[in-house]
Amino acid sequence: MFAHFDFSVIGASLPYLFGQGMVFTVTLTALAATGGIVFGTALAMMRLSGIPGVTHAAKVYVELMRSLPLVLVIFWFYFLVPYIGAWATGSATPIQVGAFSSALITFTLFEAAYFAEIMRAGIQSIPKGQTAAASALGMSYAQTMRLVVLPQAFRNMLPLLLTQTIVLFQDTSLVYVLSLTDFLGAASKVAQRDGRLVEMYLFAALVYFAVCFTASLLVRRLQTRVAIIR
Amino acid sequence: MNYTWNWGIFQEPSPEGVGTYADMLLSGLSWTIATALASWVIAFTLGSVIGVLRTLPSRAANAVGTAYVELFRNVPLLVQMFLWYFVLPEILPAGLGTAVKQLPDAPFYTAVLCLGFFTASRVAEQVRAGIQSLPRGQRMAGTALGFTTAQTYRHVLLPNAYRIILPPLTSEFLNNLKNTSVALTIGLLELTARARSMQEFSFQVFEAFTAATLLYLVLNLVVVAGATLLERTVAVPGGR
Repeated sequence: MFAHFDFSVIGASLPYLFGQGMVFTVTLTALAATGGIVFGTALAMMRLSGIPGVTHAAKVYVELMRSLPLVLVIFWFYFLVPYIGAWATGSATPIQVGAFSSALITFTLFEAAYFAEIMRAGIQSIPKGQTAAASALGMSYAQTMRLVVLPQAFRNMLPLLLTQTIVLFQDTSLVYVLSLTDFLGAASKVAQRDGRLVEMYLFAALVYFAVCFTASLLVRRLQTRVAIIR
Repeated sequence: MNYTWNWGIFQEPSPEGVGTYADMLLSGLSWTIATALASWVIAFTLGSVIGVLRTLPSRAANAVGTAYVELFRNVPLLVQMFLWYFVLPEILPAGLGTAVKQLPDAPFYTAVLCLGFFTASRVAEQVRAGIQSLPRGQRMAGTALGFTTAQTYRHVLLPNAYRIILPPLTSEFLNNLKNTSVALTIGLLELTARARSMQEFSFQVFEAFTAATLLYLVLNLVVVAGATLLERTVAVPGGR
């Protein structure tokens, strides 16, 4: 069954696959995860703030993002971002936004909704007595969050945040629909140029599996170490 | 913003020759629903089997279940889609491979298989969690009553586990529904693909995507309402 396979095509394209493709995928994942966690935490705090308009806005945002397919959201932002940019800068014509920036904005805003739900659970897992104690010590809301609640929430939720980042790593392959050269995009371009779909896609699957499987094993090990014993 | 809105676009004939742009989107919607339902049948059946395998006392069954879940969870859906669509026909025996390639609606069958096997790994995790959340006494009571392992699962464990995991299963169903949009990469003309081609033909980007967004939201609401109804129907009277 592997008789017609030509594995040399993989070796020849390795510098392109990893030097360009994987670097793109990892950069996009890292930036979007960082941005997503920051914005997601803000969304979670908004949702738990109890201020009527703010709570509602955060809820609508999260629910909207979570009920749409990522592919549709990618297309939305790809066309919408130039217009938002034009509106923000007061330009008369839609501004040029590179496909990478567009993808980065999309993934940050999309994943923020998922990170927000994780952080919400994390913040809610902190006993009420701790916030009460912080207020009793005279801490402001910001101080309570920064010094008492969030450090513990992050620690409790670290495994879930990392698992979601692995999901994000897999989801970045969907930039394929914008013809960007992420790892899968690079594999796909080589596959089509050389007519070697079987070898390239199997290799891509193998690499994704190796990365994600190793990462999830590490997360599982971390989970047992960071768990706060109550 | 100098974007020219034209909400009347949906009434205009689509370049396909038959029907309007609205018909085009609705045809996409029906493919989305068909793909989601057909793949859910595979996902639910196979996922339940794999999930049960992971709770059996047999070590071999456990290994098979774990291997399946890890394999399908750690490869991106898009890559899996390509493997089913481009790679599978090539590594099948020549005659069969050609037959598969010439199948009418090949993207549909491929997407159903791919999503079914992919979502099965997620359903399996839920089923396993559901069974493991039951008190140990239930399995023991089954054994004490003289049930075989199969009977214990059939009459005691699974009916309880399914009721517990109905909410997470609903969100897996919704994920599966949303994931059908990934099949546009292999040429399935589902809702997102239709919105995309409507945008390409008519240049009315935002009308097309707004309509698709609303249709997805309605689908979500229908599924959630259905799940709530189901939950109420199957609830054990006097139960939690």
